[in-house]
Amino acid sequence: MTSVLDRSAPSAASPTPPKRRRRVAVVAGPWTYAALIAVLAGSAFPVYWSLVVSSQTPAAVDRVPPVLVPGGHLFANIARVFDTTDFALALMNSLVVAGTITVSVVFFSTLAGFAFAKLRFRGRSALMLLVVATQAVPTELGVIPLYMMMSDFGWAGEIHAVIVPGLVTAFGVFFMRQYFERAVPDELLEAGRMDGCSSLRLYWHVVLPAARPAAAVLGLFTFMQAWNDFFWPLVVLVPENPTVQTALSTLASGYTTDYTLVLTAATIGTVPVLLVFLLFGRQIVGGIMQGALKG
Amino acid sequence: MRTDWRERRHRWDIRYAPYAYIAPYFLLFAVFGLFPLLYTAWVSLHDRNLLDGDSATFVGLENYAQLLTADPYFWNAMGNTLSLWVLTTVPQIALALGIAQLLNRRIRTRTLFRMGVLLPNITSVAAVTIIFAQLFGRDFGLINWVLELFGAGRIDWQAGTASSHVAIATMVVWRWTGYHALIFLASMQAIPSSVYEAARLDGANSWQQFWRITVPMLRPQIIFSTVIATAGNMRLLAEPLLFNPGAAAATGGSDRQFQTAALYLYEQGFAKYDFGYASAIAWLLLVATVLITGLSYLAARRIRTD
Repeated sequence: MTSVLDRSAPSAASPTPPKRRRRVAVVAGPWTYAALIAVLAGSAFPVYWSLVVSSQTPAAVDRVPPVLVPGGHLFANIARVFDTTDFALALMNSLVVAGTITVSVVFFSTLAGFAFAKLRFRGRSALMLLVVATQAVPTELGVIPLYMMMSDFGWAGEIHAVIVPGLVTAFGVFFMRQYFERAVPDELLEAGRMDGCSSLRLYWHVVLPAARPAAAVLGLFTFMQAWNDFFWPLVVLVPENPTVQTALSTLASGYTTDYTLVLTAATIGTVPVLLVFLLFGRQIVGGIMQGALKG
Repeated sequence: MRTDWRERRHRWDIRYAPYAYIAPYFLLFAVFGLFPLLYTAWVSLHDRNLLDGDSATFVGLENYAQLLTADPYFWNAMGNTLSLWVLTTVPQIALALGIAQLLNRRIRTRTLFRMGVLLPNITSVAAVTIIFAQLFGRDFGLINWVLELFGAGRIDWQAGTASSHVAIATMVVWRWTGYHALIFLASMQAIPSSVYEAARLDGANSWQQFWRITVPMLRPQIIFSTVIATAGNMRLLAEPLLFNPGAAAATGGSDRQFQTAALYLYEQGFAKYDFGYASAIAWLLLVATVLITGLSYLAARRIRTD
């Protein structure tokens, strides 16, 4: 980046300064659109297929040639899912788990992100580096002792065992710190300090309101991740007290798999995240792309 | 006196409050993240099976010796892990570069396309695997039907080592390519157009521009994506577990043809409750992941920047 600026320096001194242009992207031709539509179709197809299967009778799914459009048995299949398993409990558990984790991650991440971005304290940069480093630690591989701990606490099979390890994430702290560095001017905080605000009041009245856009993106990410989490809930929960994902695994594990039933459950379980995605997809895409610029 | 108290409170606030704000993260991470991982090493030195009660006998490195010298299932799982690592990571990065290049044109409804490529990433790994398991079904799967339509034979995807790896890799690549494409797209947009204009004046065609400008300029993001993809792809568990669900799911196929190391860990730990042995697998997998991640970092770093 700097070398580009250096190169443009002499021309800036010339009598006619070059016009500052936004980068001119190549205009997409029909082939680009064709390729993009193919990519889009590929991305959406499995989700569509899940809907197709979940609206058929079991006999229709085992037909050759296969039926490629949705049928009329979606509601009958949904009823069967709720009859076969306690899917209402699974949905409730997933909602409680993902909701609690989301609130907690956003709270602790904004708090720590504020401290790292805007407060001065000894060891700040070293500790921040430590946070970034912990992101790379494959904590999943500690699953055996974690399970032993949860058994000792008497939490095995309970949803707190899923919630508690998810209450903080390194990514959240890092993400919020990056945002505060850019978005909250020091002068604003100085002014608050002059008025005698403690750091906690600054956090509550200045920082948190300013954090809203980034906190929303972090919240959406966290919710979807917690909702979709599979391995740890599978290990620590029991089939009688499942999340949506572990209920799917149990349903799929029957002696013969009834795909209309399993994929109906998968479809129901996907609807909440799909809804979040359709409503806030633009912000989520923006969040990934902004994060990438600093990566 | 009152001002004195306020003064003291203010000093405390300046000096110690920041530590209180960052403490919850470090505390929770230490207890539920770092400690279990380190304690895994201690457990791995014991013969500890939940089915024999809660007793643990110190056995030194016996679990490791057993795994490395006398357990063909372990080496089979490691081989499958490496095979899947290559089959998932390479196409993921290559396809993501291609898709990012497409998205980097001036297009209408660009939000639609960007959201579209991210859609697979927001669906749950359990749902994705079950959907693909149905699509890859031997008798009634759509993929085999299409293959037959084009005159190719049906494939029993789960039965073979190569075919099952291809099927599992498809799921992973489908789920993650769009995410990496957006990361690449963001960086592509930061490349100043003057660089391309200069190259065009020198007569470089678009293929050359892609390899000589775009790819080198994206080096940091390619390294980042390769490293995080590797870290994830070395621990695949949900896909091989749910590809063939049922009583013997943890073995990854009738001949363990798609059992990954993470799945073998799961089998030993949570189907056989052999915690000592499973912990040793966890540490060996950790070492392998660090090695492979380092290797892929070095490989991605070889991209030339001029």
